This record gives sequence, structure tokens and C-alpha cells, in this order.
Amino acid sequence: MSSAKIEVIEKYCKGCAICAEFCPTQVLEMDAFVVKVAKPEACIACMQCELRCPDFAIKVHKD
Amino acid sequence: MSYDYDKWLRPGKLPHIWCPGCGHGIVMKGLIRALDICGLEKKNTAIVSGIGCASRLPGYIDANTLHTAHGRAAAFATGVKMAKPEMTVICCGGDGDGTAIGGNHFIHACRRNIDMTYVLMNNHIYGMTGGQFSPCTPTGAKASTTPYGNPDPIFDISKLAIGAGATFVARTTAFHATQIDKLIAEGIKHKGMAIIEVVDDCPTTYGRRNKFRSVIDMMKVLKETAVPVAAAAKMTADQLEGKILTGVLYKEDKPEYCEQYAKVIAKAQGA
Ligand SMILES: Cc1ncc(C[n+]2csc(CCOP(=O)(O)OP(=O)(O)O)c2C)c(N)n1
Ligand code: SF4
Ligand code: SF4
Ligand code: SF4
Ligand SMILES: [Mg+2]
Repeated sequence: MSSAKIEVIEKYCKGCAICAEFCPTQVLEMDAFVVKVAKPEACIACMQCELRCPDFAIKVHKD
Repeated sequence: MSYDYDKWLRPGKLPHIWCPGCGHGIVMKGLIRALDICGLEKKNTAIVSGIGCASRLPGYIDANTLHTAHGRAAAFATGVKMAKPEMTVICCGGDGDGTAIGGNHFIHACRRNIDMTYVLMNNHIYGMTGGQFSPCTPTGAKASTTPYGNPDPIFDISKLAIGAGATFVARTTAFHATQIDKLIAEGIKHKGMAIIEVVDDCPTTYGRRNKFRSVIDMMKVLKETAVPVAAAAKMTADQLEGKILTGVLYKEDKPEYCEQYAKVIAKAQGA
């Protein structure tokens, strides 16, 4: 189990897919124009999705 | 912990105007982290821009911000810094704004070595006005005004800045998010003119015309063509062809403009 929780702020997400493409463990998937957290258990809390999102639309909450 | 960007953002301004995948948003987040790394306070921070998509950045930041005339960020910022030398002054804008219409202001701010930091988002195009070529559009690339391919050679912004007299020059890309904040913070701490060139993507007006299928393709190119300066030192000119050198490219200590000007004032007043 991962200790991180991924939060997607859907109203800010523009569906660019940068977060999903560069996630090292393929946690994220595109669902039309919004990203979805498809495999939360695979998250290693590396923060890369949050860092690269141009739109402040994805947050990684670690405990 | 998720990063708290909100404290530097004007409330109610998101979502921002930039297109899906536009790197300007990644740069803005890097700039915010740099403001925190340097422990800056809003009241002592001024962020100044010209016109263009990149130049919309200050409008989102809750500090002293100026959105000025096209190409004139460095000129307005020089005025702010001269009037309030104790302020941290940051310019930001695009390749068109900073090296075409504003090229003159850019080189002379570098020459004076005034203590400010200029974050130049180089997406190789005039994004805002629909994709006309800029002095940073690669030779052969397509723009709305070069439909048969651009015949012009480019400005290498970092080399231009070094040649003009800037005393801190660094480059990174929109893909290298953690390097953006580190280099901007180093630039802010440097006393003198610091240029941070961020090689950026405009999927809407540049990517589409130049056979990038998506913003992901553009990000992959940034990822794969970036070479840190230390690694580049061990490579041949052939191996470096088409690569983007990243990291601190130049740094020196030289007299800073506001301090020199203060001496002129003191002399004129008979001190
Ligand atoms: C005096 C003047 N000339 C031309 C324009 C039109 N104009 C607006 S933005 C822009 C280019 C912006 O390009 P860049 O600085 O690279 O920013 P980007 O949109 O690519 O981020 C131009 C030519 C203007 N606003 N003012
Ligand atoms: S924190 Fe890392 S592993 Fe987790 S979803 Fe984001 S990019 Fe993937
Ligand atoms: S990077 Fe941000 S805007 Fe792009 S798909 Fe992911 S969450 Fe959405
Ligand atoms: S036109 Fe280009 S530079 Fe302007 S917001 Fe869209 S992607 Fe960014
Ligand atoms: Mg541009």
C-alpha cells in the first residue's frame, strides 16, 4: 500500500497527459480530457506528476 | 507534502489562460518555489513582464506586479529597481518579447549588470498572436510567417546574455521542473543581472506546425535533448549538435549598477 493520496482537481485539469506520461509506475490514465487515478496502490510518492502539471490540477498528499 | 502554491497566487484566478500542456504554467510553479527558497516576502518582491502568453505570468502572482508594454519588461524593471533598490525585482516573458521587440532593452539591462533576475520562456515562437516566427525559431522550422521553413539563424539567448554582460546565465527546460526553481533561486541570490532561459513548449502554435503529434512529444524532446554542462564538457561538437546545454552556463562577480549609481549620486551631492 502506498502512503500517498493523489488528488485531482478536475475543474483545473486540461487533459494534457503530462502527469500520466511521465509517472514512473503508470498510476495515472487519461479519461477523455481529465486524468484519473487508475492504480493508486502503485504510487511511489515521487511527486513528479504534481511538479510537472502546468495547471495546479494534481496534488500528492503524503502522510 | 503537496506544495502550497496558493500563498503566492491571487485568489480566484485559476484556471489560468494557458493552453493544455503549455510549459508557461510549469515555469510559473518553478518561480513560486524559487520565491520560497529565497524566503521572499510579497511586499519586497516585484515581478515585471511585457506582452505575450508568457508575459501573463505576473497577473497570477500575489506580489507587486507590472504587466507593461511589449518588449519593455527590462526597462520598467530597471525603473523599479532604481527607485527601490532594496526590492527583489524579477522580469519574465517570452522569446518574442525579450529578444525581438525587446532585444534592445534586454541587452542593455545585461550590460548594466543591474541586480535583477530575468526568466525568459523560450518557446521558439510568438504564441499569443498565432505563431509568427521569432528570433528564436529554429532554422528550417515552420511558423505562420515562414510556411516554407525559416531561413534565419537563431539567437542563442544565453550566449547573447553573456556577450552583453549579464553576470549569471543559466538554462533549463520546462521538462526539468526541479531545476527551474533551483536556477531561478540562484539567479535571485546572485548580485547582478541573472538570466534564466527556460526552453519551453507551445503545442498550439509551434508544435502542431512542426510535426509534434502532441505536447508529450514536445516534452520528450526537451527531456532527451537536454545535456547538463558537466556532461557536455566531455562531448564533441558533433555529439552536441542540436542539444540544449543546461545548468549554470556563466557566473562572475562584477560591480552592480544600483551601487555604482549611488556613488554618482553621492559625488554629485558633494559627499
Ligand atoms: C507594440 C506591439 N507590437 C506587437 C504586439 C503584438 N504581440 C503581442 S504578443 C506578441 C509576441 C509574443 O511572443 P512571446 O514573447 O514569445 O510570448 P509567447 O506568446 O510565445 O509566450 C506580439 C508580437 C503588441 N502587443 N504590441
Ligand atoms: S507521485 Fe509519482 S508515482 Fe505517484 S502518481 Fe505521481 S508521478 Fe506517479
Ligand atoms: S498534468 Fe495536470 S492538467 Fe495535465 S492531465 Fe495531468 S492533472 Fe491534468
Ligand atoms: S498559444 Fe502557445 S504560448 Fe500561448 S498559451 Fe497556448 S501553448 Fe502557451
Ligand atoms: Mg514565445
